[in-house]
Amino acid sequence: MSRPLKQTASFRESLRRLPDAGGHFGVYGGRFVAETLMGPVEDLRAAYEQCRRDADFQAELQRDLRDYVGRPSPLYLAQRLTAECQGARIYLKREDLNHTGAHKINNALGQALLAKRMGKTRLIAETGAGQHGVATATVAARFGFECVVYMGEADMHRQAINVYRMKLLGATVVPVTSGSRTLKDALNEAMRDWVANVDNTFYVIGTVAGPHPYPMMVRDFHACIGEEARQQVLSAEGRLPDALVACVGGGSNAIGLFHAFLDDDVRLYGVEAGGEGLASGKHAASLTAGRSGVLHGNRTYLLEDEAGQIRETHSISAGLDYPGVGPEHAWLKDIGRVTYDTITDSQALQAFHALTRHEGIMPALESAHAVAYTMQLAPTMRGDQIIIVNLSGRGDKDIHTVASHEGIEL
Amino acid sequence: MSRLAQRFAESKRAGRTALVPYITAGDPDKSASVPLMHALVEAGADVLELGVPFSDPTADGAVIQQACERALKHGTTLADVLAMVREFRAQDARTPVVLMGYLNPLEAFGLKAFVTAAAEAGVDGVLTVDMPPEEAEPLAGLLRARGLDPVFLLAPTTDAARLKRICETAAGFVYYVSLKGVTGAANLDVAAVRRRLESVRRTTRLPVGVGFGVRDAHTAAQLAGMADAVVVGSAIVGRIAEFQSQRRDMLTKVGAFVRELRQAMDAARA
Ligand SMILES: Cc1ncc(COP(=O)(O)O)c(C=O)c1O
Repeated sequence: MSRPLKQTASFRESLRRLPDAGGHFGVYGGRFVAETLMGPVEDLRAAYEQCRRDADFQAELQRDLRDYVGRPSPLYLAQRLTAECQGARIYLKREDLNHTGAHKINNALGQALLAKRMGKTRLIAETGAGQHGVATATVAARFGFECVVYMGEADMHRQAINVYRMKLLGATVVPVTSGSRTLKDALNEAMRDWVANVDNTFYVIGTVAGPHPYPMMVRDFHACIGEEARQQVLSAEGRLPDALVACVGGGSNAIGLFHAFLDDDVRLYGVEAGGEGLASGKHAASLTAGRSGVLHGNRTYLLEDEAGQIRETHSISAGLDYPGVGPEHAWLKDIGRVTYDTITDSQALQAFHALTRHEGIMPALESAHAVAYTMQLAPTMRGDQIIIVNLSGRGDKDIHTVASHEGIEL
Repeated sequence: MSRLAQRFAESKRAGRTALVPYITAGDPDKSASVPLMHALVEAGADVLELGVPFSDPTADGAVIQQACERALKHGTTLADVLAMVREFRAQDARTPVVLMGYLNPLEAFGLKAFVTAAAEAGVDGVLTVDMPPEEAEPLAGLLRARGLDPVFLLAPTTDAARLKRICETAAGFVYYVSLKGVTGAANLDVAAVRRRLESVRRTTRLPVGVGFGVRDAHTAAQLAGMADAVVVGSAIVGRIAEFQSQRRDMLTKVGAFVRELRQAMDAARA
């Protein structure tokens, strides 16, 4: 039996209705790209709209989500972590159990199927942690696309295992040496490739950012996370959860979990990378510490200097190390529907160990941010309350980072 | 009549195609730009395009990206760029200056404050690469209200409906991107440009500039017969980079290259 909605919710317009036709979430989103890309993004929008309503496309997507990705991912009650925190019951949405080890594959698969429908032969992608690159390289192998992944040189060093995985899958990994040599520069480079090769190339963006329709389309491909979690918690507990927690880099795993619950009386928490602390300036907390601006095709919150130049960011987790965030999150922040907060590198590391030791589940450092926040939140809640945290990925890729932080040479 | 309109009218009367060199402001450092601007005019430039450096220039190839990085390393801000235009204007009241850049630094400055400062400095047009007409308000309106021309790009991927819309929003001139790619790319197809320009001409009476990928005098000469203006960027910025540590040679080499472009374009029209 689900809890009745708050009175106000039923009188409000649905929060799930956006974006508008121009791709806007309030003042955010839109299309801010050079004219050369305006035609291609419009073609993409039209193709996506068609596939979204096409039963064959949806059936093919559902079949692969089930048989290839392994969906639905389990909703797991973390009993020992719950006992440790002495508060709300903590459920983990196990996106780490998906094929390739993170939520990223939901979106990569959807876009690859769309690319196939559009007759493209080449997939390109940007990647930070390497998870989206691996997911794209994987679906490229699955469908027989050529695949090129752009990755900042700095990230290639800290995610060496994923670089090798992509190569094994047949992808070409191109090191990006411009700017800060991280995710944002990889995105710049992928956009440049796309402009030049738009006739045969599909750009698989890895998060809910970029020009319209990307933020909407990537959200839709990840919305299965929240739709499943909603059904799973209803059947396990007979009611909706009290709170959801997810880490926010670009925001895809978070919006994927949140979207099905936007109109419900459920508190939503997005956790950004606090790095070495907000005061240090070394962080990637665009929503918490940034301001509105335009980058990578959309208007959103950005980390930038006084002159509007994009700042270098820092996080122990490459997947959160991004100076922007998806425009839907910018809007959800402004209307107060989601609370955005930060977790530092060292708090994330502690949570990495806590989950590993208490549950035998090694989280990605990105997901460890959400776990750390949950461990602060749970003790403030009653034992009969429920939190669902999105365990967006598994931690194998981060073992070297964790070890080197502890002074261990592997 | 705006300085841009006047310059294009003069060129037309003289049977000459306007030569529009691009440099990134503050590259290789802040003191280099104004002498470069004067050198470009002396070598035969009709309009100057001055790049506002941005940390993430997604529509630019490696040459202009690196120019942005050099300019930003020396802390070049939009305020510095406007100061350069003001200094240039003190000696040259006739050559139009178009700023080319990305939206975020303009917004950080404040759009109203920017337009006021740009008008006072003597800027004539503003091309914001990542701002299509759909997102052009309020900037385009503010520019027009101060007599500045909002310049827009047209691309090989622009369909007829967009072409019409862009030409209705643009002023001063429209800038046809000659290839599917970033600035400095190598795949310019002159015959394809010619075909596309015919449909642009049918849509607008604004002067039409062509750029992106014009690397040498030969290509500039070929385009001179079909466009009102030829924009040359990476080929000039690449020479600036090559001679960045020999300042006197830099002005000479860049000047010589622009003169070569000028002569080839004039010969093609003769
Ligand atoms: C496991 C994992 N979680 C989270 C993220 C952050 O991305 P997003 O905020 O789009 O979910 C990444 C990005 O690489 C990731 O690999």
